[in-house]
Amino acid sequence: MKSLFAYISVLFLIFFGSVFADQKKVGFIYIGPPGDHGWTYMHDQGRQYMEDTLGDKVSSTYIENVPENADAVRAIRKLAESGHDLIFTTSFNYMDQTMEVAKDFPDINFEHATGYKRSDNISTYSGRFYEGRMIEGHIAGKMSKSNTIGYIASFPIPEVVRGINAFYLAASKVNPDIKMKIIWVFTWYDPGKEADAANTLINQGADIIVQHTDTYAPCQAAEKAGVYAFGQASNQESFCPNSHLTAIEDVWGPYYAERAQAVVDGSWSSQDTWDGMQKGMVVMSPYNESLMSADLIAEAQAMEEGIKDGSLHPFTGPIYDQEGKLVVEDGDVASDGMLLGMNFYVQGIDGELP
Amino acid sequence: MNSFIPRLELRDQNSTIMNFMSPVLAIILTLATSAIIFLIMGFNPIQTLYVFFVSPISTLSGLSELLVKAIPLALIGTGLAFCFKNKIYNIGAEGQLTMGAIFGGGVAIYFYDSNAYWLLTMILIAGSIGGVLWALIPAYLKIKFNTNEILTSLMLVYISLYILDYLVVGPWKDPLGFSYPKSRPFSEAGRLPIIFNGYRVHAGLYVMLTLVFLSWFIFSKTLIGFKLKVSGHSSMASRFAGFNQNYLIYLGFGVCGAFAGLAGIMEVSGPIGLLYRDISPNYGFTAIIVAFMGRLHPFGILLSSLIIALTYLGAEDAQLFLQIPSAVGFVFQGLILFYLLGSEILIKYRLKFI
Repeated sequence: MKSLFAYISVLFLIFFGSVFADQKKVGFIYIGPPGDHGWTYMHDQGRQYMEDTLGDKVSSTYIENVPENADAVRAIRKLAESGHDLIFTTSFNYMDQTMEVAKDFPDINFEHATGYKRSDNISTYSGRFYEGRMIEGHIAGKMSKSNTIGYIASFPIPEVVRGINAFYLAASKVNPDIKMKIIWVFTWYDPGKEADAANTLINQGADIIVQHTDTYAPCQAAEKAGVYAFGQASNQESFCPNSHLTAIEDVWGPYYAERAQAVVDGSWSSQDTWDGMQKGMVVMSPYNESLMSADLIAEAQAMEEGIKDGSLHPFTGPIYDQEGKLVVEDGDVASDGMLLGMNFYVQGIDGELP
Repeated sequence: MNSFIPRLELRDQNSTIMNFMSPVLAIILTLATSAIIFLIMGFNPIQTLYVFFVSPISTLSGLSELLVKAIPLALIGTGLAFCFKNKIYNIGAEGQLTMGAIFGGGVAIYFYDSNAYWLLTMILIAGSIGGVLWALIPAYLKIKFNTNEILTSLMLVYISLYILDYLVVGPWKDPLGFSYPKSRPFSEAGRLPIIFNGYRVHAGLYVMLTLVFLSWFIFSKTLIGFKLKVSGHSSMASRFAGFNQNYLIYLGFGVCGAFAGLAGIMEVSGPIGLLYRDISPNYGFTAIIVAFMGRLHPFGILLSSLIIALTYLGAEDAQLFLQIPSAVGFVFQGLILFYLLGSEILIKYRLKFI
């Protein structure tokens, strides 16, 4: 009986301890497990960075493998009800669920990754991943022997379409013969499906695999088949050392620390953040020196510098859509508004959007 | 030679007590096994079991979430009993659920700007019709061509999921949804009402309870229930008694399809409110465990749906408060089914060492 009492007190402490210690609680909703070594892994790295930076001022927890359906509402609500002050929902399709819960908890601050719906207590944040796609496209254009790129895409939302276009524009600039084969897998996290898609693309002649999904399964498939691949979200070189050229890394830590600090200070307010290489939210993994020539690495690094200082923009005109209509004038760069709503392929990409 | 490997020998008579006790025994064994697993993982087993099975339902909203999760499980489980009692193994309830969501959702999307009072009724009826039609396909194939209903009903699950995919990616895509694969939100008149403000449990609870009670009445008080039972025990006896086998197969599939379709449309018009591809976290498959755990008795199924629902909620609490991976919830479900089937065998057979 005594021990039972002890357990209940422990739980009581877990529930209410933060209130007494005036420590802010930060909760995260993950679409996959942190062990995906991709998207969710990087959010979890960001969470740990935030804890390390802010020390005793915050504590954090997460719920992993939350499906993007009615269950997400329960999981987000669970975080809200168990005394969290700041809640990050880290997948696009938690958007409506975040809205639904946030309106019932006006005193709790929410942050939704990659979405576009905001309210007084919901901020949105995302990275300009398309900047990295430009560099990947450049490298792929230079390195492909079969002139065929295999692209594993998740959902036909602007975020993903933007990446495909940025990649193709850069690749076709250095190699006009480049062709892209795109497979839509309609999932963010499914190692089996992602690997199947990679194998199909390789069988169709692709010698470089690009992905917009969460795991390292595609680059492992590429490693097995002896073709090149780009990692996704995190540096995945250890899983495919002989195929991994580079990766676009999502670095969330500083943002999470900044937003949690704002909650500690009481200065949090709803805002929209879209940062790229300049702010360090998007970072290229070390280029693979045993696969890429020193010249090519130097070119890629120069592009990074250009993107950072603003002299280089992935969407610089003239850009035409598939029907040949001029969408960005010669010398102009695409506006953020256009990038955020991008729902068309640029000229030269075969096939149509699903 | 094989003296160490026991043989199974048919018992003369099954113990009635053990027949009812076996689910209880399975749960006790599951708890014991999981306590050992937690101990090996380095967690305090009692505290962990508390977090898993008590803390999720220690609040009103926890109870509400438990019911939200149990509604589709109990409904489909009861429907499955109409098939399983007659030893017809319809394992395609997930597909019947999806078809229900498609038919009902289609009505809701067509009348997306209507606030007519009859809309919800129409949606629910259309949903059940969708489920029935989809379930009658394997029934027809079984009767006409003697196909194996396990295979046909399972394959139809994937077909229905692809149909849903096609619809939300194509014709039913929300024109304002940034081309994300999801439909328009249903109008308020197309949504199941909430029972208590601030909690998610919806009027589907009444529908589920009514149908569970009705099924109990049919099974125990009507000739149809008797026919199903006899036919399940011995199809020969049932034929000699002049019961129409084909009628019973159509009936089983039809009722199960209606219940699963209803579960699907109630999930969509209840907590979700629109159509997209991930509407069900495998309710149709999980309900198979629920049906067997409830010994195919409607009230037993109701109880077991609550227990299985609890394993989902518990997995979230365990992550939140103890950082235990979410997969443990599935380990629980697997263990319960394993012990349940194990005790089932040992009720019918005894071990014999030669």
